[in-house]
Amino acid sequence: MIYLDNAATTRVLDEVYEEMKPYFCESYGNPSAIYSFASKNMTVVDKAREKVAKVIGAQPNEIYFTAGGSESDNWALKATAEKYAEKGKHIITTTIEHHAILHTCQYLEKQGFEVTYVGVDENGVVKLDELKKAIRPDTILISVMTANNEIGTIEPIKEIGELAHEHGILFHTDAVQAYGHIPLNVDEMNIDMLSASGHKFHGPKGIGFLYIRKTVKIGSFIHGGAQERSRRAGTLNTPGIVGIGAAAAYAQKTLEENVKKETELRDYLIDRVLAEIPYTRLNGHRTNRLPGNANFCFRFIEGESLLILLDQKGICGSSGSACTSGSLDPSHVLLAIGLPHEIAHGSLRLTLSEETTKEQIDEVVENLKTIVARLRSMSPLYEDFVKEQERRG
Amino acid sequence: MYSEKVMDHFNNPRNVGEMENPSGVGTVGNAKCGDIMRMYLDIDENGIIKEAKFKTFGCGAAVATSSMATELVKGKTVQEALQVTNKAVCEALDGLPPVKVHCSLLAEEAIHAALWDYAEKNGIKIEGLKKPVNDIEERIEEEE
Repeated sequence: MIYLDNAATTRVLDEVYEEMKPYFCESYGNPSAIYSFASKNMTVVDKAREKVAKVIGAQPNEIYFTAGGSESDNWALKATAEKYAEKGKHIITTTIEHHAILHTCQYLEKQGFEVTYVGVDENGVVKLDELKKAIRPDTILISVMTANNEIGTIEPIKEIGELAHEHGILFHTDAVQAYGHIPLNVDEMNIDMLSASGHKFHGPKGIGFLYIRKTVKIGSFIHGGAQERSRRAGTLNTPGIVGIGAAAAYAQKTLEENVKKETELRDYLIDRVLAEIPYTRLNGHRTNRLPGNANFCFRFIEGESLLILLDQKGICGSSGSACTSGSLDPSHVLLAIGLPHEIAHGSLRLTLSEETTKEQIDEVVENLKTIVARLRSMSPLYEDFVKEQERRG
Repeated sequence: MYSEKVMDHFNNPRNVGEMENPSGVGTVGNAKCGDIMRMYLDIDENGIIKEAKFKTFGCGAAVATSSMATELVKGKTVQEALQVTNKAVCEALDGLPPVKVHCSLLAEEAIHAALWDYAEKNGIKIEGLKKPVNDIEERIEEEE
């Protein structure tokens, strides 16, 4: 099997899993309990918190563990809206956010908030001038993702954060795809809140966190016990927290080396695909993109067919095609960068990890060439295109 | 998510290709929705479908339904071919996931469009055949 869907989820590293293991069957005590059998687990949780905070230059007590990226996004947006509703009811975000942001915004619109969705250019970079113009006296929050999950484009969040702060607006970033994959620093980048998820960087699923800057006084999202300094209730997920901590430490240690390795391999993949498969385009920014992300559109073919045939060769990828999402519309991100529907339907996202090898990339490219040619030979769109070319001579 | 039959027809589609001088050809669906089906029919002087070919831009289900539809109409009279409904295509494939049922509608529509073309070319009227719609979405909305 060749696994190229690391943006969907990653493999839990062996060393991460080993660290988690004792907290299932042996040290299973509730960290909030008094007796030492359990309370020693609080020390473990705090150590993990330090590791997670260090990656983004945050203080440990600014990290709140959650069940994952979606919860963190929901918390940041809904709690900010609730807390600052009296100051204003306007939120700014972008057209290419993850659904955890977009659908939360739609929910808030139903609650009487106004949301401006700022557009992006053809590379998927947020239009700063448009964002500037969207700022109003009643704007309470700007939320822009650090890097896009589909096309990998890295956004100018430092500038956006600066802009937000000039106007006394809070800045949240969904860093689910970026945390542990590119250098981040909450102070240098003017970030007030940041969402991340463990399973995107070799940690386990079901654990994430929200970074909340000390000065930001938003309320709880999950109400109940006094865990997480009374801001996020629920028994601490000790194995999950240990796992995300171990994965964060690994990311911290290997970031530079892995960015270099993945970028080289990604560029090799992109160059080969663009050179060897005609009528293909790369989606997202050519250079300013996540190290592991490649996203292509192959004209005249449809994404789901492509994924099924790749799967039969043991290759795991993903597509923004309508058929994989269960709706008739292709990916909102591909439409936002200006692709027509028929081209957006033929997209393929391949996301690498540091465990990906050059041999695997070669095998993928060879298979892709055959599969794309086969699907085109069946496509009425390609037939029409070829006839039109012949007619024109 | 797909039945074995769907996977078989997707992996080994029957009757893929073009036809020179077909008796009738019809193209339905639109690229916007991600599905386009083109069906070619070769119909003899007795009104029997001798050959059927197709080309499809679409998902696994779209390819499989096109393939099955060509199999089902082959050897049938024009009137019999009209009975090859989306339901018949679906059943022959041992069912489709709910979100993919519109693909089988597209197959039915493609047969009708090819038959309509045949009827127009030969100046005949086929009992029970309606003018095909340009956009499959219109028909889906009608059905709903």
